[in-house]
Amino acid sequence: MKTFWEVLLGLKSLFTGLSITIREFFKPTITTHYPRQTETIPARFRGHIQLTQNPDGGASLCIACKSCERACPSACIIVEGVKKTDGPGKTVSEFRLDFGTCSLCGLCIEACPVKPVKAIEFTQRYNLASTTNDYADMDLVQRYKDLQAKKS
Amino acid sequence: MSAIFDYLTQEPVWFYVRLVLFLVGTLAFVGANAAYLVWVERKGAGRFQRRPGPDEAGPWGLLQPPADGIKLMAKQVMTPPGADALLFRLAPALVLMPPMMCLAVIPFGDKLLACDLNIGLLLVFAFGSINVMALMLGGWASRNKYAIISAARVVSQNVAYEIPMLLVVITLLMITGTMNLNEIIHQQAGGFWQWNIVRGIWDFQAGHIGGNILVPVTFLIFYTCMLAETNRAPFDMAEAESELVAGAFTEYAGMGFGVFFMAEYANIVVGCALATLLFLGGWQSPIGTVPAEWGWWGTLLGTGFFFAKMYFLIFCVVWIRWTFPRTQFYNLLNLSWKILIPVSLVTLLLTAGLLKLPNLF
Repeated sequence: MKTFWEVLLGLKSLFTGLSITIREFFKPTITTHYPRQTETIPARFRGHIQLTQNPDGGASLCIACKSCERACPSACIIVEGVKKTDGPGKTVSEFRLDFGTCSLCGLCIEACPVKPVKAIEFTQRYNLASTTNDYADMDLVQRYKDLQAKKS
Repeated sequence: MSAIFDYLTQEPVWFYVRLVLFLVGTLAFVGANAAYLVWVERKGAGRFQRRPGPDEAGPWGLLQPPADGIKLMAKQVMTPPGADALLFRLAPALVLMPPMMCLAVIPFGDKLLACDLNIGLLLVFAFGSINVMALMLGGWASRNKYAIISAARVVSQNVAYEIPMLLVVITLLMITGTMNLNEIIHQQAGGFWQWNIVRGIWDFQAGHIGGNILVPVTFLIFYTCMLAETNRAPFDMAEAESELVAGAFTEYAGMGFGVFFMAEYANIVVGCALATLLFLGGWQSPIGTVPAEWGWWGTLLGTGFFFAKMYFLIFCVVWIRWTFPRTQFYNLLNLSWKILIPVSLVTLLLTAGLLKLPNLF
């Protein structure tokens, strides 16, 4: 008798399982068809770093103080600056990032003394896969100029 | 059109023409079904997991089966060293032959069958059993430990499930009194209350209790055994890809593997077609009967009903596969020997008793 009820209960559980899966069957799919659709990237996503766009336009906010270069634990940032012609201080002439060694720790951004907007920020780029190594060596000054040209 | 059909249905010379035509048609039917049931399976698997399934090749992924076919045919078929080359090559052919033979006696419509055999049902079961031998042969000839374990499993599983399946079919045969599949369908004319799955409980035409009041249980047992016989999940012990690589097909590459796959789906088609014929009234309409004066259009409509029922059962096979995990092997045998066989024996005795009951009063 006990076995009989066990069998019936087992049979009932099978039908419960079937009812659950058929409900899932008629729900919409949740797949993102990647190359054609993309998810929105969270605002605080840590991509590689870039020079922050100057809200007033013109040259980068970077003062070439090399704080980020010193703060970088894997020494993947190279910063060079030149004296400004139209006032005191320096402006950045070269800002290279070796993305191959970068660990995206963000210490460079923490170290940046520029206020109120820091001179470097994280991008939201994630699809950087490549078959060559060239992509790893990034000229961020050039990237800054390109982005500015695109904006204007 | 109908004149041509009448011409071809004349006995006896055109019997052979009809047979050849039907066998060619069966080949095409099995091929198309095998290809597109794989698509249905993958699409269904996707939907059950809230994915879209294949949808890159063609609209809704409809070109996926031809793409798979081209890929499989482009691959080299290799015989592993030490394998029995003859049996190894023979097994894929032997595994696909039985379901094709079975389709010859299955009536798709009123007059749409190749061979109106008096022992059609027996033929289907006879060839259904050969299928196991082919799988065993493939596993044995591969000279691979996984393939041999799989072959052993297939045999014990099929022996275990053949018994309840046949017992269940016998209960049905006691009611129908014939093994002619077309006649079994003719008995179920009139509407869904005349189908064996309802008629077994209460015979509306005769106005007394039916032959087998447990007929829904009978249907469940038949369906379960059908799943086990075709080695489908949750009884896919022959493949068991997480335990036995690919089971009996481990050493097969290219189209050799593809043919095993085709045979699996062809077996599902035969099994579901049989369940439709025996329990769900085959090509009979669910309400009333298709008038005889509709001629071939009526037959076509009946074929439509048949396919609707059959493909619904096939969908259930996919549904079950993507719901239940694989059973353990001893549980599989326990289910058959300890539950299905006793229950089907009880239904057999019950049917024998109930069939005599109306005669007593």
